[in-house]
Amino acid sequence: MENLNLVLPEIFISLSIMFLLVLGVFKKDSSKIIFNFSLFAILITTTITINETFLITRETLFNESVVIDSMSSLMKIITLIGGFLVLIISSSYLKTFKIYNIEYPILILSSILGMMVMISSNDLIVFYMGLELQSLALYVLATYNRDQLKSSEAGLKYFVLSALSSGLLLYGCSLIYGFSGSTNFDIISNQLNSDEYVLTFGIVFILVGLAFKISAVPFHMWAPDVYEGSPTTVTLFFTMVPKIAALTVFIRFLYVPFLNLIDQWQMIIIFLSIASMIFGAVAAIGQTNIKRLIAYSSISHIGYTLAGLATVSNEGIQSSIIYISIYVVMNLAFFSCLLMLRRKDQYFEDIDDLSGLSKNHPLLSLCLLVILFSLAGIPPLAGFFAKFYVFKAVLEQSMYFLAIVGLLSTVVAAFYYLRIIKIIYFDKEKEKYDSDHSLWLKFSLACSTVLILLYFIFPSHLIEVVSRINII
Amino acid sequence: MNFPILSSLILLPTIGALFLFFTKNKEGNNLTAKYVALFTSVVNFLISIYLWVFFDQSTSSFQFIEDRKWIEGFINYKVGVDGISILFIILTTFITPLCIISVNNSVKNRLRDFLIAILIMESFMIGVFCALDLVVFYLFFEAGLIPMFLIIGIWGGERRVYSAFKFFLYTLLGSVLMLVAIISIYWITGTTDVVQLYDIGIDVKYQNLLWLAFFSSFAVKTPMWPVHTWLPDAHVEAPTAGSVLLAAILLKMAGYGFIRFSLGLFPVASEVFTPLIYILSVIAIIFTSLIALMQEDMKKLIAYSSVAHMGFVTLGIFTLQQQGIEGSIIQMISHGLVSAALFLTVGVVYDRMHSRLISTYGGLVSVIPKYSILFMLFALASLGLPGTSGFIGEFLILMGAFKDNFLVAVIASIGVILGAAYMLWLYKRVVFGKLINEDLKKILDLNRSEYFILSCLAVPILFFGFYPDPLINTIEVSVTDLINMHNTNIAGK
Repeated sequence: MENLNLVLPEIFISLSIMFLLVLGVFKKDSSKIIFNFSLFAILITTTITINETFLITRETLFNESVVIDSMSSLMKIITLIGGFLVLIISSSYLKTFKIYNIEYPILILSSILGMMVMISSNDLIVFYMGLELQSLALYVLATYNRDQLKSSEAGLKYFVLSALSSGLLLYGCSLIYGFSGSTNFDIISNQLNSDEYVLTFGIVFILVGLAFKISAVPFHMWAPDVYEGSPTTVTLFFTMVPKIAALTVFIRFLYVPFLNLIDQWQMIIIFLSIASMIFGAVAAIGQTNIKRLIAYSSISHIGYTLAGLATVSNEGIQSSIIYISIYVVMNLAFFSCLLMLRRKDQYFEDIDDLSGLSKNHPLLSLCLLVILFSLAGIPPLAGFFAKFYVFKAVLEQSMYFLAIVGLLSTVVAAFYYLRIIKIIYFDKEKEKYDSDHSLWLKFSLACSTVLILLYFIFPSHLIEVVSRINII
Repeated sequence: MNFPILSSLILLPTIGALFLFFTKNKEGNNLTAKYVALFTSVVNFLISIYLWVFFDQSTSSFQFIEDRKWIEGFINYKVGVDGISILFIILTTFITPLCIISVNNSVKNRLRDFLIAILIMESFMIGVFCALDLVVFYLFFEAGLIPMFLIIGIWGGERRVYSAFKFFLYTLLGSVLMLVAIISIYWITGTTDVVQLYDIGIDVKYQNLLWLAFFSSFAVKTPMWPVHTWLPDAHVEAPTAGSVLLAAILLKMAGYGFIRFSLGLFPVASEVFTPLIYILSVIAIIFTSLIALMQEDMKKLIAYSSVAHMGFVTLGIFTLQQQGIEGSIIQMISHGLVSAALFLTVGVVYDRMHSRLISTYGGLVSVIPKYSILFMLFALASLGLPGTSGFIGEFLILMGAFKDNFLVAVIASIGVILGAAYMLWLYKRVVFGKLINEDLKKILDLNRSEYFILSCLAVPILFFGFYPDPLINTIEVSVTDLINMHNTNIAGK
């Protein structure tokens, strides 16, 4: 009998999804209850995850197709917390657009479930199943504001391109299965023979598929449009949570079955990383819409995360995980600010709408200042440490080119972050925005900003947690 | 010493800034905010004086050291001072209160925010001079960009946005390479602790590249020719207090960095690249002095003179002679005082006439004599007249240079003449001559606070000009030791 305690979080969250669906069908006007229930469900799942799996170094289940180790439990916790925060700050935005419906929390829960399956997967089939579950939920979420043309367009674009990438990924999986005779990561890693070129094709196809999901250059084209069109809270979800899951799969996929084929994929990762860093930085300069800008900035941040992966060392993996965790906090903070740009039930998304914000909303502008400098990677804010760890790992492997290109692209990226700061602080002020924000929104903004600002006082804790992850 | 005196020096201004943040933001002349800021910075100044009094001048080892675990097994938060850094700390804590007093006239809007920015800036600058770990140093070095960007951008003149961006991106570009070098040093030697690195030394084969990476950062910040172009823009557009901070302290970070890190960590590479520094310094001295001669904007003229003076500083550091390095340090301190004073004097007339153009003025001596006298003192100190602190620095640097390389010293001496030319000509055009501009007749002489600030600066300029011993005694042992260490390293490799 398998030790089902280890998958208790997944079991619990699927049961809650089903329960909430049924509740939503039978009870009228139940959006509020379902929102609260799903928050509650995520909290309980997080607690279960911490209790049951946090201290386990490595265990496998179901014919070794599911793996529970320190990486999976940590990433699940980050995913759950990310999902929780997105849910709590969504409600007022959704109410404004009259889309405060039962489906929203349920879709978010299902995509989280998909991600949790992905994170624990140790088998191509399980991995694909999780990926599709989360993607399907995300397609619907992207079009969630269905009365707006842009939102529908975003969902459609995302669906078509993502389906294409899933196809490529599946094709890669089948190639690998054909040559190794198994879908299990551990078995594949034993069967592999680096002489077989078709295997390289398989790896490349899967990498392309995964690069699509994390929007690394050159597979990024969907990101700006989808980010711009989707409802802002969904964009926030897109920029944070799926990336964590995809990154975990990236790590596990590269470092478990294909560690021996490192020559075949290391150059690809380095290329993806450099291309994303440079392209993300350069393309963001001309943007006028904040959400598009964030899309490009997230592309360049993914580039830094991949730089950590390209090192093929435990330090590199750990630094990537630290990077993505800090990035999640920064993004949450930034979107909380974005959600506060509201005037008479209308949300503002253009960079020019921030003009002179510091005169009317000094506190909000100060938060934005901290967040933007942190995104630009200026010490002593958290964003600097994220980059610092990545480059520390990169330089350990003497990959000077990658490090120098990466750091130079931070200078380019600094330009567009500075441009926003300039607009906030140096330009003429506009009309005041509403200031009656929900308590949760203020709470999440305050917490994340303080975290970013004061991270430098206690940098060791995050490292300590992450240093338990040893994949290689 | 158990009391963390250096950390309290670093933290106190930030605490003051935090306190200011919670005071009520009033428009106009916000006295409460000013008093809080002034109080904080004066207390900080007193602490630093206390530090100087208890500083042991007979040893070159670092004192008041604090060493705490920061990032487990990787970086320690380590601060400490030796003879070289203590002077810069005192300069910082001395200039900041004067800046805060001077905001009376120059900063009209958002006074409270301005004071917060200045105090946070002070924290970072003191941190730079105390840090004994490369990563901690980098942290403070870079963090200073944030408040300075805001000071130039929010309170600056017309082209403030352009200048703020130029300042930020130039310095950031220079610094990222230094970050690569710092991390590489960690992987080469296993530590970023400066004291340990002095003992271990860095393998010669890495030194040249690492030196260049540090150089790219310091050269931008010094600023050396040809990457000095951000400085005139930043200076001209910054408000008076911002210019003072920039000229008096920010520029010194790089000179300090050259001494502490380039010389100390990479002795062999420093020898190798001395010709490069000489050439760039001499070009900076001659070329920017000539540019300064042609300026029509007073602030720009002083900015270019700063570049020339910093040329002397880099020249002196890389003579690798006792006199040269001591001269550089004294020149930096003196330039900190003199350029601050000059920017403030320009600020005084700018606040009254709202023009920085030299042609606006002329004949000031007959309307505002007190101002003219002090201006003369500072102008003379800037050109290095004996009896002012400027002389001691330049003299020692040239002495060191003559020992090391005759030709370079001769060319640099020409720079001294050019320096006299542009300063005196500026003074002549502004203060002497006929009073043509009618508006000038109504101009008021120094008010009490301006008089106080400028006298505060005049006293040390004269005092150290006649009696530089306190400065030299403080730095002597540290510099001797640095040179000894340098020579043994060279001989060993």
